Amino acid sequence: MSDSPVDADAVRHVADLARVNLDEEDVETFTEQFGDILSYFDALDEVPSIDREAELVNVMRPDEVTDGLSQDEALQNATETEDGFFKGPNVS
Amino acid sequence: MSYNIFLNEEQIDGAADGPLSEMTIAIKDNISTEGVATTCGSNMLASYVPPYDATVVSKIKDAGATIVGKVNMDEFGMGGTTETSAFGPTKNPVDPERVPGGSSGGSAAAVAAGKADLAIGSDTGGSVRNPAAFCGVVGIKPTYGLVSRYGLIAYANSLEQIGPLANSVEDAARLLDVISGQDPHDGTTRSQGDNSAYADAADGDVSGMTIGVIRELFDGADKRVVETVEQSIEALESQGAETIDVSLASLEHAVQAYYVIAMSEASSNLARFDGVRYGLSGGYDGNWNETFADAREEGFGDEVKRRILLGTYALSAGYHDKYYKKAQDARAWVRQDFDNAFSDVDVLASPTMPVLPPKLGESLSDPLQLYLMDANTVPVNLANLPAISVPAGEADGLPVGLQLIGPQFGEESIIRAASAVEN
Repeated sequence: MSDSPVDADAVRHVADLARVNLDEEDVETFTEQFGDILSYFDALDEVPSIDREAELVNVMRPDEVTDGLSQDEALQNATETEDGFFKGPNVS
Repeated sequence: MSYNIFLNEEQIDGAADGPLSEMTIAIKDNISTEGVATTCGSNMLASYVPPYDATVVSKIKDAGATIVGKVNMDEFGMGGTTETSAFGPTKNPVDPERVPGGSSGGSAAAVAAGKADLAIGSDTGGSVRNPAAFCGVVGIKPTYGLVSRYGLIAYANSLEQIGPLANSVEDAARLLDVISGQDPHDGTTRSQGDNSAYADAADGDVSGMTIGVIRELFDGADKRVVETVEQSIEALESQGAETIDVSLASLEHAVQAYYVIAMSEASSNLARFDGVRYGLSGGYDGNWNETFADAREEGFGDEVKRRILLGTYALSAGYHDKYYKKAQDARAWVRQDFDNAFSDVDVLASPTMPVLPPKLGESLSDPLQLYLMDANTVPVNLANLPAISVPAGEADGLPVGLQLIGPQFGEESIIRAASAVEN
């Protein structure tokens, strides 16, 4: 599709923003599929501007201390921990 | 015959006595169970074990039901066939060559195959009603805010609700009575479901009820589906219900609006999966952006990646107004259209699914075609309304679902109308 809203570079760019590695085969497939899907979304242009009069109310509760997870429970699903902390990769 | 329904058959006993004692129940695997693996159908969470119970799970245990296992689903709820599960597709017990629908396919299949009396699913754009229709069981998507989402692993918060599936409208309503109600852990819950008596509304009495038939949702549907659904609506007329045709112009844009909003919310929600606190680790080589991207490449399947990327795109600078803002306009329009319709009718009717259950492997290759299959279910989520899918009959030996939609917190009306379909 020549008028596709996305090319392979655009797909690589959003994948980078979303922190998802893609191999070249994925980039190719997604570029084609995103063209179809985004073209379909373009019909949203026809939607009139709507006065959104949502009736929203704040939901409040007293700010009281209750039991939460223990440190051990919070850490139990981490692949690596150290001295009671989550262990992550280098920041940079 | 193995239908690949269960991801985990660890039994969790409920209280000795309660409104659901003697009942068995299957729980969708995106709903947290303390000490029992909860995978979301994803390699990302293949070894995740929640340290707490979802509110609905606590309520089900207190009500005395026996949880017989955690059941299969499309990965993170993203799909309508249960084929995007990282653990293989579930087969439809009615016809094992066909999909059970999704994303709560394991939940519907468990009930249809007699593996559980009841099941819990979640419905973001039809994920309870779609498999209920395809497997020939009953499924309810409650009004937004009726049931606590605490402990439901989020996909699109503004759209999703946990809902019951069962073999009868009354049983589904009994389960809804147990799980509904305000929860301090979920600030979006409302009090309308406290002390409910939905099961009492399953009295089969539709005389004097006005049913609006949404013409747009019949137009694109398979002829065999239309015929079966029209027959079940005629049966309600013969029981004293009045029907009128209703037209909702906004529905033409519902699928577009739904996918833009759902994908945008998904891209934000699933950003939490970086492999550090839980989930598949990307290792410790390189900087955090690289290891996070490695974990997410390996942990997520194609459909999840597709939705995260499209959601990121729709929210990115320069495209937000074009996609996300217009989708919110469309959502408000859909809501207005429904509000107007409910000034004239008690419930609205349509086919739940516009097609009969597809064969396994038939529909996965074209994502856009799969999204279009959701045309009849997503408007309900956009408008925060309750809806039920009830078996309308069979076409070519395959189940067809009738969808009945109610006004906000009008669960009694749809339960009453659906129970008359069973007469």
